[in-house]
Amino acid sequence: MSALIHKEYPVEMADYDHAGEASADIKRQLKQLGVPASVLRRVSVASYEVELNLVIHSEGGVLTLEVTPEAVRLISADRGPGIPDVDLAMREGWSTASETARSLGFGAGMGLPNMKRNADDFNITSKVGEGTTIDMGFRLA
Amino acid sequence: MTIADMVRVLHARVLCGQERIDTPVYTACCSDLMSDVLAFVNEKTVLITGLTNPHVLRTADMLDLKCLVFVRGKVPGDDILEQADEQELVVITTKATAFSACGLLYEAGLRGVPIEWPESEERQ
Repeated sequence: MSALIHKEYPVEMADYDHAGEASADIKRQLKQLGVPASVLRRVSVASYEVELNLVIHSEGGVLTLEVTPEAVRLISADRGPGIPDVDLAMREGWSTASETARSLGFGAGMGLPNMKRNADDFNITSKVGEGTTIDMGFRLA
Repeated sequence: MTIADMVRVLHARVLCGQERIDTPVYTACCSDLMSDVLAFVNEKTVLITGLTNPHVLRTADMLDLKCLVFVRGKVPGDDILEQADEQELVVITTKATAFSACGLLYEAGLRGVPIEWPESEERQ
C-alpha cells in the first residue's frame, strides 16, 4: 500500500534546544490525518523517547515517519557509536546518559523499554562503530 | 476538583491559561524525571514538578497534559509560558515544596494518576 506520509527528520547530537521538535511535528501530522487518540499517544511517547535518544546518545541520525493506511512506522537510524550490549540497554533503569541529559529530566533508563511497551512491533539492531537502528510499528487497522 | 480549586489549596499563582482554570482535574503525578512521566502516565492529568525547562512542555504536549504545577516558587521564562499557552496548558506556581504540594492536594481529594507498572516490578 502506498505511503500517506513519508517524512525524514534529521536529529543532531547534543542539540537539546531542538530536541522534541520532530516529535511535535509527527504528532501534528498524525492528528491531522485522524489517527485515533490511543495510537497517537503511543506514537508520540515512542517518538519523543527515540528522538531524545538520538540527541543524548548518538552522533546524530535521522528519524523517519512513514504512514500507510495499515500502520504508522517510526525508524531511527544513527551514525554511531553503537550499543555494545543491547540486552543491557533494554533493561529498565540502565542508563549511560550524561549529567546534562539528567539535569533536563532524562536518563532514567526508561527510554528503550518504554518504546518497546508503546509500539506494536519493536526491532533494534546495533553495531559498535557503525550505529543503531530502531524500527517501530503501530497498527492502524 | 478544578484547577481553580488547586490554586486555592496551594495558594498558587496562575502564570498562564487563566481562562481555562475551571477545567476539572481528577488525578495528578509528581516527578522531575520526564522519562518516568513518559513511561507511566496514561491519561490527561496534572504534572507537579520542579523542572521548568522546555522538555517539561514537550513531555506535556506528547501526553496531552492539561496543567503544570511548578513548586518551590519556580517561574519559567516568558518563552516557556508562551509555548504553554499555545499548547492550551494552565501553568501555576506555588511556594510549597513538591512534598507539601502533593500532601495538600491529596488532603483536598486529588488522587494519584493510575499507573501501569513495568513488568519487571510486577514480579517483585
